[in-house]
Amino acid sequence: MSEALTAAAPAHGRAAPTEWGSREMQGRLRRRYAAEQRFRLMGIGAFLVAAGFLVILLVTIVSAGWNSFRSAEVQVPVVLDPVTLGVAPDERDPERLARADFQAAVAESAARAGLPPFVVSDGGWLAVRERLASDPSLLGQTVPMWLTAQSHIDLLAKGAFDLESDESERAVSDLEVETFRALKAEGKLRLVLNRHFLFGADSVDPELAGIWGALKGSFLVLVVTLALSFPVGVFAAIYLEEFAPRNRWTDMVEVSINNLAAVPSIIFGLLGLAVFLNTFNMPRSAPVVGGLTLALMTLPVIVVSARAALKAVPPSIRDAALGVGASPVQVVFHHVLPLAFPGVLTGTIIGLARALGETAPLLMIGMRAFITSVPQGFTDPATVLPVQVFIWSDNVQRGFVEKTSGAIIVLLLFLLLMNSVAIFLRNRLEVRW
Amino acid sequence: MSVDMVNVAGREADAGRRPPKMTARDVHVWYGETHAIKGVSMDISMDDVTAFIGPSGCGKSTFLRCLNRMNDTIDGCRVEGRIELDGHDIHAPSMDVVQLRARVGMVFQKPNPFPKSIYENVAYGPRIHGLARSRADLDNVVEQSLRRSGLWDEVKDRLSASGTALSGGQQQRLCIARAIAVDPEVILMDEPASALDPIATAKIEELIDELRGRYAIVIVTHNMQQAARVSQKTAFFHLGSLVEYGNTRDIFTNPREVRTKDYITGRYG
Repeated sequence: MSEALTAAAPAHGRAAPTEWGSREMQGRLRRRYAAEQRFRLMGIGAFLVAAGFLVILLVTIVSAGWNSFRSAEVQVPVVLDPVTLGVAPDERDPERLARADFQAAVAESAARAGLPPFVVSDGGWLAVRERLASDPSLLGQTVPMWLTAQSHIDLLAKGAFDLESDESERAVSDLEVETFRALKAEGKLRLVLNRHFLFGADSVDPELAGIWGALKGSFLVLVVTLALSFPVGVFAAIYLEEFAPRNRWTDMVEVSINNLAAVPSIIFGLLGLAVFLNTFNMPRSAPVVGGLTLALMTLPVIVVSARAALKAVPPSIRDAALGVGASPVQVVFHHVLPLAFPGVLTGTIIGLARALGETAPLLMIGMRAFITSVPQGFTDPATVLPVQVFIWSDNVQRGFVEKTSGAIIVLLLFLLLMNSVAIFLRNRLEVRW
Repeated sequence: MSVDMVNVAGREADAGRRPPKMTARDVHVWYGETHAIKGVSMDISMDDVTAFIGPSGCGKSTFLRCLNRMNDTIDGCRVEGRIELDGHDIHAPSMDVVQLRARVGMVFQKPNPFPKSIYENVAYGPRIHGLARSRADLDNVVEQSLRRSGLWDEVKDRLSASGTALSGGQQQRLCIARAIAVDPEVILMDEPASALDPIATAKIEELIDELRGRYAIVIVTHNMQQAARVSQKTAFFHLGSLVEYGNTRDIFTNPREVRTKDYITGRYG
């Protein structure tokens, strides 16, 4: 047979298949390398496209949002007249001073300085109260103070409008533009770090709206989610992977868990509404309910990934531990779980990151309410970062555009911080073989 | 010494010998529908190293794993028949499987130290069984075990180094040290040298010889020369049955069964 083949080959004028230097072989080799080259270029191209989209996203958000971290202030000579403030001329009691009518004093001072009513923000008096609290002797004097400007002045100071266009085509009136120019020329306008945004909660006025309330709400919700879904998820995974018998029932449980991991999140919101609010009468808009709802959603993700991590531990380790007489629970807790822990942690972080970005289920349990105070506990009404982004993006006021992007920046930073902690923990716990 | 035992073991009576440590009577094992072990009966003595030989898939490892009930951990595995340790049924409800595995230790084919320090590897067994009363006690057990496994001089300066950083042969001796740290009565070895080079293999064989008499040792091996070198008793398994069991010298020089002779001389397997 082989003799026939070797004899036939030259007769057809073709080189034998194993003649490595032949022209056909060279051609095959060239085509193989060309195919590999094409494949690598395709890979690099896909990576560049993905990286490009990411860069575009980040650049857009940061350029639109970084202005929300600073705000404009107007200098106003504030007349601290005890009569307007409604306090005694020599009042020194901090509580009564704090309850003085600062709004009236600011309005009167602004009018006296010839400023139209749209310059100083409705929250401008907060700075006056602070100043008087730190130095009550100022009562009765006229003190130049920097007060938060209203949204349009704020936006003008940051150059958000095209001033060359016609009045009808922009959101600010010519009067506002003129006032802004005059203030700027007199040096009575400055841009400072936006404390309202960094340390406050939501407000109807964009210049007073803050992200801290939503940030803290997100934090509280995630604490509840983690405290509930991590232990329950990990123990469920340990039971199913290490102890449960393999039969029809456990197969059904497994299929159900995999399906639950893919259920749309709004369904979990409806479940939370029906069970936690309507049946158990838990407080509406509270982080504890948000956390419980998101825990339901995160649980299957943690179970599935923890099982995969447990399965990846080599069986030889189980044999070794059983072989020296470890009980099944000791095998799991002394050997299998420590080795699987980095993987379990990765799954948990993926689940939590998804919970952090979740909006829909929280809308169902009332966390999209307009809440102007920072939550102080798990049962206080609160909102969360993605819901805050949603609420602000829905607002018609021009000032909320940059706030929306600012909130997205804060959300991304929160996510980055969370993932960094997880990667740090994972590297610390990783066992080198 | 009973007549029955002489028949099963097929050896000349010896007045200085101790009664058998483990006895198996008519043991059957099923993996699902597969009948893997078909009625094996055998005595295992404290005085001998017993070698199990036979072609792949003949059931020698399966039978070995019956002796410390490691087959319990395999889904769909069913064991029938009576296996006794010092006359007590190892499947009896009164027999605690965790204690059984401490008394009947095991060394696996692939060295499988825990990814922990050398010290922790050896100390783990004594610790979970509460065998050491103090830290000094534990240090002592670790040192004794490592000395007996011939590893002490090589690792005494780096007990906190990872057990997985050792060479293959050292890892296997560490696994033996781990097994003897709980002071077992029987040590089961499932092809302990098959993943090692000849020098490491020679060390393991020396070690087995040194441990003989202190523990009842059962070793599964594919290596005929190894069985001949280290064991005093040899059992030849084929297709789930125990074909021949007797003194190693007799099995290798004068087998009674044709199948044994064919296997030993390399006719098949």
